[in-house]
Amino acid sequence: MYEFKYHRPATVRQAANLLVKNEDAKLIAGGHTLVPVMKQRLASPPHLVDLSHVEGLDTIELKGRALAIGATAKHADVASSAAVGEAIPALAELAAGIGDPAVRHRGTIGGSLANNDPTADYPAAVLALGATIITNKRRLKAEEFFQGLFSTALEGDEIITKVSFPLPKKAAYVKFRNQASRYALVGVFVARRPSDVRVAVTGAGSDGVFRVTSFEEVLKKRFSPKVLEGINVSPEGLNSDLHGSAEYRAHLIGVLARRAVEAANAKG
Amino acid sequence: MAKISLIVNGNPVTANVDPRTLLVQLLRENLRLTGTHVGCDTSQCGACVVHLDGKAVKSCTTLAVMTDGHEVKTIEGLAPDGGPLHPMQEAFREHHGLQCGFCTPGMIMTAVDMVHRKGHELSDEVIREELEGNLCRCTGYQNIVASIAAGAKAMAKSDLA
Repeated sequence: MYEFKYHRPATVRQAANLLVKNEDAKLIAGGHTLVPVMKQRLASPPHLVDLSHVEGLDTIELKGRALAIGATAKHADVASSAAVGEAIPALAELAAGIGDPAVRHRGTIGGSLANNDPTADYPAAVLALGATIITNKRRLKAEEFFQGLFSTALEGDEIITKVSFPLPKKAAYVKFRNQASRYALVGVFVARRPSDVRVAVTGAGSDGVFRVTSFEEVLKKRFSPKVLEGINVSPEGLNSDLHGSAEYRAHLIGVLARRAVEAANAKG
Repeated sequence: MAKISLIVNGNPVTANVDPRTLLVQLLRENLRLTGTHVGCDTSQCGACVVHLDGKAVKSCTTLAVMTDGHEVKTIEGLAPDGGPLHPMQEAFREHHGLQCGFCTPGMIMTAVDMVHRKGHELSDEVIREELEGNLCRCTGYQNIVASIAAGAKAMAKSDLA
């Protein structure tokens, strides 16, 4: 790891000022993506701004028809939160399946989203549920937030403060893990929302998380795994590597989407 | 350099660290607590697991400076020196839950955290799933799973948390 200067702001405003003042500064909360890449010297930010001591940034609360999760809420907190379990159980299950128990004790939702790893789980939930990313400057819709591999709409001095999830009628997330890394080879999040259905896929797309509109249209008419039979996803634009070809991933999207619809229906 | 103060195994510790120091380096190199091991050094194997504010974390992926003001417990802190072993340690001894022993400190710290969260009656399925982030490269996990199940039960009757 290369040298860096460490800053510990007490508020989001102080953190934003530090980002303005120090070019190329990086935010850190749980550090479970940033520390490994810094150790590999793939990243060498000259300044680290630690959000883990900012109070109230990890609050989870149900407000009317939306669930708000603070940016520094850890995966374990989301997984075990009674509010999440009641409002969007699929989201609690997703969080409970990220990494391993020790990783879940450190990694945060804000960090996962800001990093936008193409195999991360949270982006699929955020896109399928139609969540809003709230920053110190503005509110961003999921579809404008994600902008391809490891890139987002966040500006240099912008900090995610929370994520607001509108409550779906039904939802489920099913992933097929890479047998070695345990990251999602393909993960599909299906959400039946009050006015439509959304299907978001992580792990497969060469440009990051994406929606499968052909699935969404038929599921809107009838929310059953049966309606997805015979509809193929094109392998075009999907990843192809030693873990699986684009054709294999395309096939998995269909399989996992059917399983996710079935799981969502089973939840009632 | 950054000055940090934390509690390690119940004792207050202050240290002057380069911000890039990892928690595991602070423990092993500054404090000479070499029971915590560095295995893969990439947050996968779990040999470096310690408790941070009572929760299992990978100390190879945690910056020491971020633990300022917090509490850390290592394998050395589970039972007092010279006293009887912690029930989870005793269960690993009794059930032969190790061969070379390199992964054992991390296994035991993960196991104790597992009991804190999941209780004293742990099924094999739960134990195996919870061990997702701990690797043993000597042999299978059979005896590790048996040790944790027994240790979990024994912890219910012990004063050592």
